[in-house]
Amino acid sequence: MSVLAVADLAKSFGGVRAVDGVSFTVGEGEFLALIGPNGAGKSTCFNMINGQLRPDAGRILFAGRDIAGMPSRDVWRLGVGRTFQIAATFGSMTVAENVQMALISHAGETFRGWRPAARRHRARSLALLAEVGMQEAAERASRELAYGDVKRLEFAVALASEPRLLLMDEPTAGMAPRERTELIALVKRLVVERGISVLFTEHSMDVVFAFADRIVVLARGRLIADGDAASVRANETVQQVYFGTGRAFERRRERAP
Amino acid sequence: MLQALLFQGIDGLAAASGLFLVAAGLSLIFGVTRIINIAHGSLYMLGTYVAATIASRVAGGLGFWGGIVATALLIGLVGAAIEIVLLRRIYRAPELFQLLATFALVLIISDAVLWLWGPEDLLGPRAPGLRGAIEVLGRRLPSYNLFLIFVGPLVLIALHLALARTRFGRLVRAATQDREMVGALGVNQAALFTAVFALGSLLAGLGGALQVAREPANLLTDLVVISDAFVVVVVGGMGSITGAYLAAVLISEIKALCISIGVVSIAGMTVNFSKLTLVAEFLVMAIVLIVRPYGLLGRLQGVVRTVAAPEEPMRPAPIALKATGAAVVIVLVLAPFLARNTPYALVLGVDVLIAVLFAASLHFIMGPGGMHSFGHAAYFGLGAYGAGLLVKWAAATLPLGLLIAPFAALLGALVFGWFAVRLSGVYLAMLTLAFAQIVWSIATQWTEFTGGSNGILGIWPTAPFDSRAAFFLLTAALVVAGVLLLRRVIFAPFGYAMRAGRDSPLRAEAIGIDVRRVHWMGFALAGAVCGVAGGLFAFAKGSISPETIDVGRSIDGLVMVLLGGIQSLSGPIIGASVYTVLQDTVMRQTEYWRAMLGAIILALVLLFPDGIAGGLAKLWRGRA
Repeated sequence: MSVLAVADLAKSFGGVRAVDGVSFTVGEGEFLALIGPNGAGKSTCFNMINGQLRPDAGRILFAGRDIAGMPSRDVWRLGVGRTFQIAATFGSMTVAENVQMALISHAGETFRGWRPAARRHRARSLALLAEVGMQEAAERASRELAYGDVKRLEFAVALASEPRLLLMDEPTAGMAPRERTELIALVKRLVVERGISVLFTEHSMDVVFAFADRIVVLARGRLIADGDAASVRANETVQQVYFGTGRAFERRRERAP
Repeated sequence: MLQALLFQGIDGLAAASGLFLVAAGLSLIFGVTRIINIAHGSLYMLGTYVAATIASRVAGGLGFWGGIVATALLIGLVGAAIEIVLLRRIYRAPELFQLLATFALVLIISDAVLWLWGPEDLLGPRAPGLRGAIEVLGRRLPSYNLFLIFVGPLVLIALHLALARTRFGRLVRAATQDREMVGALGVNQAALFTAVFALGSLLAGLGGALQVAREPANLLTDLVVISDAFVVVVVGGMGSITGAYLAAVLISEIKALCISIGVVSIAGMTVNFSKLTLVAEFLVMAIVLIVRPYGLLGRLQGVVRTVAAPEEPMRPAPIALKATGAAVVIVLVLAPFLARNTPYALVLGVDVLIAVLFAASLHFIMGPGGMHSFGHAAYFGLGAYGAGLLVKWAAATLPLGLLIAPFAALLGALVFGWFAVRLSGVYLAMLTLAFAQIVWSIATQWTEFTGGSNGILGIWPTAPFDSRAAFFLLTAALVVAGVLLLRRVIFAPFGYAMRAGRDSPLRAEAIGIDVRRVHWMGFALAGAVCGVAGGLFAFAKGSISPETIDVGRSIDGLVMVLLGGIQSLSGPIIGASVYTVLQDTVMRQTEYWRAMLGAIILALVLLFPDGIAGGLAKLWRGRA
């Protein structure tokens, strides 16, 4: 059974159809890449799935429930974690406290007003940081971290709520090639251990073809390919979109009556 | 009736022109520099005095019309000087800190005007050539008012052309949208800021100078004008000049309408509409902000990447701080004994303690919550009036009065906060100010219930708290408990959630935190604690009146928090103590206490750009 099923998703901004009738599924434990050139609609798709944008049409079924238009905090409560393209952490908190905040929220303790937050879920927070290799930095302010470390912290925060599905928007953006592969290898290892499904967008084709179980390709708001690395690599439309004339659609439309 | 209405409407346009000139300058300055310049009203006031003086010294048209031009240019120069000498040094201080410096200028300019021109109102001459009046709708409209009606739109068009056509105008518009990018493109930001500050000040001076022929110059103009100007800028939309004109017209017309309607009986109730003028503009602002969060023609403000050093993570209190806290508590307990020969020390002590609780509750939402309330006096007032009214109408004892105070304030904070947390930044600040003014005007206008501007008298502590020492101890106990409670909450998950919502709303929502709800509850808690301070104040003074809960008290609260240091938990305590003691000492030293206080604040601002607590912490770390 699929964890996430997106059906006929559509969103327009003014006259631009940013996402136009996109359907795909993410299977249990699957590591699925959503790729496409700039402006293909990846981020829009993402933001609709995580509740930041309300779709104009279509359904987003997570574990059988339609989450389209639900606020992102409720989507998170159902078991969808996420990381951002431009990493976001709580700059005035330490690294450990960032993870503790997520654990506190997950435990439903946000409105507690007495026992100090820094003493809650501390062991669990440190354990998560150790898993992403950040235990050394636990007491540092999160705003002092190098960018690669911020990304790993975000990943630890996302794992804190034990999600079933993880949405990662360009997890390796702005990183050096070696760091990039290390991070994705780490992510892949930890989610496989936990049986978490992942939907991620990515610009680095090396990362995508090396790690993704399946690849969904978008171009100009439409889905143009959906399959494993070999079939996507061989797909003529994908090749045209990435390397070709840039007129792939016009030609297809001419051929179709 | 209809003619009277139309006539008032036409006259309202003259008032709108004056309002527009001040507001346009304020809007320009805020748009580019992001400084909330409280001293803008003071520059306007300075303009009225300078223009009146020039016109009385130099005879004829040259003195009047030439004087207006000269005044505008002079005030523009004063503005440039302020920017270069003072503000430029503190652009890197934490957000809102510049506000503190401009507040010091308000105090200094106010006393400078008092020293130069004396306390009497200064009557300006009539405008040469426009002394007469013309017949409009069977009434006489002064020709000068007719002239003013055209000045507003003329200045609007001139500004619009300058912003649209010139290189300077393009830079101003660009900087309003993204200041950092303009800097990155190699534009000399310092020169741009100075020029904008000078232009804005020039407009304030022009507005003041033009007003002299209508109303005498007086010392209260500064705060009246600044609050009007803020309302106009916010209603029109920050940074929008056309919006400012629309808002000026809207507000002036509504005021004119209230005056011309006068007393009307509706369904057996007599409603005096002319009394509504006090609150009309704030009602308009509240409604506009609720319906259109960025004002009539405003847009979402470009993000200013903060230039100040961000906040350090909070650590539990070190031993030294805990020891200091314990020492303070011991001194408080022993104070009635220590001060048995200087009874005034206890009176001042109560004032300081109340200020500490007031500032700590404001800091709770400003610091961890990131919500800059400009109307914290509302909850102070609700607490004070809650207690006072209960004593007046139900002869309540002190414990009952102090019990009701936080609940009255809590109720207000729940209602106002629900709207306020939907906005952010300066719009939130202005909405809170509007709510505070609404509370203030109800206290002023509902004479039968609240005692009107005389307030409520005879709210004295009942036994066993009727001795000075007992009341001091009670105050100390409640204030210490309140401060410790807020501190506890800040370190608890709830306080962390408030900071999470402030640091990154996007990330907070993505880990399941309902940021609005958290900030709303924080706002309510701060309101309730502030209500206790208000209740204590009522019993300490034995009375409560509208002037003790006006905009001045809200500003005092801001000054205390910023002076102490917004990024430090002990900041509001230090800030409130220093400010209250300073105010008290300086006030008894000299007639020109405002200027003294302003000078001291300026010195502190320049010496400790992170506030006193922040500066001390830096010194401590530097030594260690």
